[in-house]
Amino acid sequence: MSKNEQATDAQLPEAKHHIDFRNLVVRYGFIAVTVFFFVFFYATIPAFRLSTTMLSMLKFTSVVAIAGLGVTITMVVGGLDLSVGSIAGMSVTVAAMTMVIYGQQGSVAIVAVLIAGALIGAFNAFLIVILKIPDLLATLATMFLVQGLKLIPVEGQSVSSGLILRDGSVAPGKFTEGFLQINRGTIGAVSYPVIIFAVLTLATWFFLSRTKWGRIMYAIGSNPEAARLAGARVGRYKALAYMISGVFAAIAGLILSSRIGQGDISAGSSLLLDAVAVALVGTSVLGANKPNALGTALGAILIGILLTGTTMMNFPFYWQDVVKGLVLLVALILSYTLSDKKQRHVEAVPT
Amino acid sequence: MTAVVEMRDITMAFGTNQVLKGIDLDLEPGKVTALLGANGAGKSTLIKVLSGVHNNYGGTVLIDGAAVHLDHPTTAQSYGIEAVHQKIADGVVPGLSVAENFLFEDIVNNRISRTASMRSILPRSKEVASILSLDWPDDVMRSDIFELPIADQQLLLLARSLVHEPRLLILDEPTSALSDSEAQRLFTVIRRLRDEGVAILYVSHRLQEIDAIGDRLIVLRDGVIRSDHPQPFDWADALHQMLGEAEATSDDDRGEQRGTDDVLCLSGVQLLDESVPFDISFRSGEVAGVFGLLGSGGSELALGMFGADPFVGGEMTLNRKPFAPKAPADAIAQDVYMVPEDRVAGTIIKNWSIAHTSTFPFLRDVSRFAVMNWRAEDKVGSSVIDEFDVVAQSPHDPVISLSGGNQQKVVVGRWLRMNPTVMILNEPFQGVDVGARRDLANKAREVAAAGSAVIVMSTDLGEIMQVSDRVIVLADGDLRHDAYLSETSREEILSKLTEVE
Repeated sequence: MSKNEQATDAQLPEAKHHIDFRNLVVRYGFIAVTVFFFVFFYATIPAFRLSTTMLSMLKFTSVVAIAGLGVTITMVVGGLDLSVGSIAGMSVTVAAMTMVIYGQQGSVAIVAVLIAGALIGAFNAFLIVILKIPDLLATLATMFLVQGLKLIPVEGQSVSSGLILRDGSVAPGKFTEGFLQINRGTIGAVSYPVIIFAVLTLATWFFLSRTKWGRIMYAIGSNPEAARLAGARVGRYKALAYMISGVFAAIAGLILSSRIGQGDISAGSSLLLDAVAVALVGTSVLGANKPNALGTALGAILIGILLTGTTMMNFPFYWQDVVKGLVLLVALILSYTLSDKKQRHVEAVPT
Repeated sequence: MTAVVEMRDITMAFGTNQVLKGIDLDLEPGKVTALLGANGAGKSTLIKVLSGVHNNYGGTVLIDGAAVHLDHPTTAQSYGIEAVHQKIADGVVPGLSVAENFLFEDIVNNRISRTASMRSILPRSKEVASILSLDWPDDVMRSDIFELPIADQQLLLLARSLVHEPRLLILDEPTSALSDSEAQRLFTVIRRLRDEGVAILYVSHRLQEIDAIGDRLIVLRDGVIRSDHPQPFDWADALHQMLGEAEATSDDDRGEQRGTDDVLCLSGVQLLDESVPFDISFRSGEVAGVFGLLGSGGSELALGMFGADPFVGGEMTLNRKPFAPKAPADAIAQDVYMVPEDRVAGTIIKNWSIAHTSTFPFLRDVSRFAVMNWRAEDKVGSSVIDEFDVVAQSPHDPVISLSGGNQQKVVVGRWLRMNPTVMILNEPFQGVDVGARRDLANKAREVAAAGSAVIVMSTDLGEIMQVSDRVIVLADGDLRHDAYLSETSREEILSKLTEVE
């Protein structure tokens, strides 16, 4: 973080004198919790120490993290995209249809999925910007629509090679080897999904905190009227945010699809809540108290560490949701209860 | 006639801010006492004291000659004081029918069951309605409250407050949401109540209304009663008392700048729904001050020229070319800038530094291929601090940590430094200390001297006369006066406010 960013996030001059324990907790509490659990698992679980454990943890985290990055961008403009889970799920079906039913190459499937994601993002933008439907409600409607519509061309069935089509013929294609490489391929020891996750995290971070577009998006999320009166084209930026979110969800769907290796119609059903959770958790990292890319990535990794650790300690599977819930709760307490940023805003309003 | 309510030396302070400084006022039955005052004069505070909202006031309130303490709205009500507040939406209850809204108080107090059938409550609600002779048919009573025209909602609230047969009825800007004909209906009702012996305290910014309905006019300024007029009102004196003396300015000897080129020309522009369209031109090289009381159309004028909120009707040209901004971004692209009236809601982004706030409208200048150049940005922030004498440690200070005057210097400075073609400043001096006000006025005059057309909107005539070369008077959305300062006078400007065509 540069000098400039720190200055923006710094305390007010009058508050500078008593940097108290609460402030430390808000700023570093989340990182401390992550490090604590990492050290705890590292010390108590031998298998946790294997580098392959870390890499596979990052690999399974990547899908949630990438969808979470998309959600983060919509949160930056003051919205929330509830359709990411169903877009990822739809991507699995679209990829399977393109390759299995239409016998196309993996590259065609990738392009088709990305275009579909962008189009649904554009549809969300249309509902929100043009039809003026509140973000949450619009994307909720889209979520149901996409979930249902994807089942129509496949008649509610999962698509896998050897599928019998309606005219009695056997589906000509299969998941191509190249497409399956999205999940399996590696550079050195690092698998492609981890690399995609890292690249998208850095790209999103750069976009949001280093470019003027990111600056304008944060302004829109914080005070849309002030942004408009300063010349920001609020509608266009909101549309851009939802389209990026749609594409990111589609990328998450591609990785998921390549992992499953068939057009499972239930794929992605639990993704939405996880993605929203990591984006929310991300707002509390380093006391930023605003949605941000690095926070989302770290939030996803913390949850990944906890799930890996608890699984290895033989906690039953149903503890997973308890773990996620607790992490989210701690993050929310850091942002809402302990942070003084909100208070500060109200105090400064002149009467 | 003995007064219903007597106020003796009423004071009220918020922290160190003394808002009411000893009010002595008797409110008599059968009289409409109109209360007039500029923003911040203490009108709302006085109303709130009377209606029991502020329980820590100083002084004494006497009712029928006996001292009482109004410590709660229900106490005030028990003494027969009822207030109808300005916002109709705060009074009616959404989701309930018209009939239920009439009986809302009974429903809250469980005198009527929440599940009572419409048929069982209709007779009682009609009784309440009949207080104001509102003879609405059953289907209207059964309909949702929001299907009722706004004026009828206002009458409903009034009827509801009359159930307790108040001795003092306080009406705070009751016509602000009403059309002329709707307001006339309300006046008929007010006159009837007055004739029945109710004491009425009527607060409004609309001078014609006060002239029509008031029996007595009280002018409040800076927490003190400045004057007390019987009918017919001496408006020249009342306005003089309301707006204060012309402030002694240190730069009284400043020369008048007269512009030559008509830069922004408006033709047939209509500001409010029922106002008269007019033409006006703003010239480069001068500061035009637009003066009008609250609701006179100044904000509509500012927002319309900036493309933020379209005019009711009319067209514009900028440097003789058609100018029809659909959004502020379009206006800014042609160097037409505006600082909005409400600084916090309209300009401040939470947690942003002076540098971030300064560069925000012109990010292209501090970025390369969209990547922000933070060093260039800090430079802009520093130059705003230097040029506009902002009291701050560094360009990284959060804007909200600054005083009101320094915040305003930043949000005005970020536009002024860009050599605007047209610079619109809507209420630039609100919540700004005297020193900052003078600095901002001087900067605005410098920018005009350098060739900008500067337009300042204000509800404070002293401010307008301090900063402007030319004074434009708006009232009820109509253009009432347009003259250079040296060719008009304070008296003439005030007389234009009350003039009725």
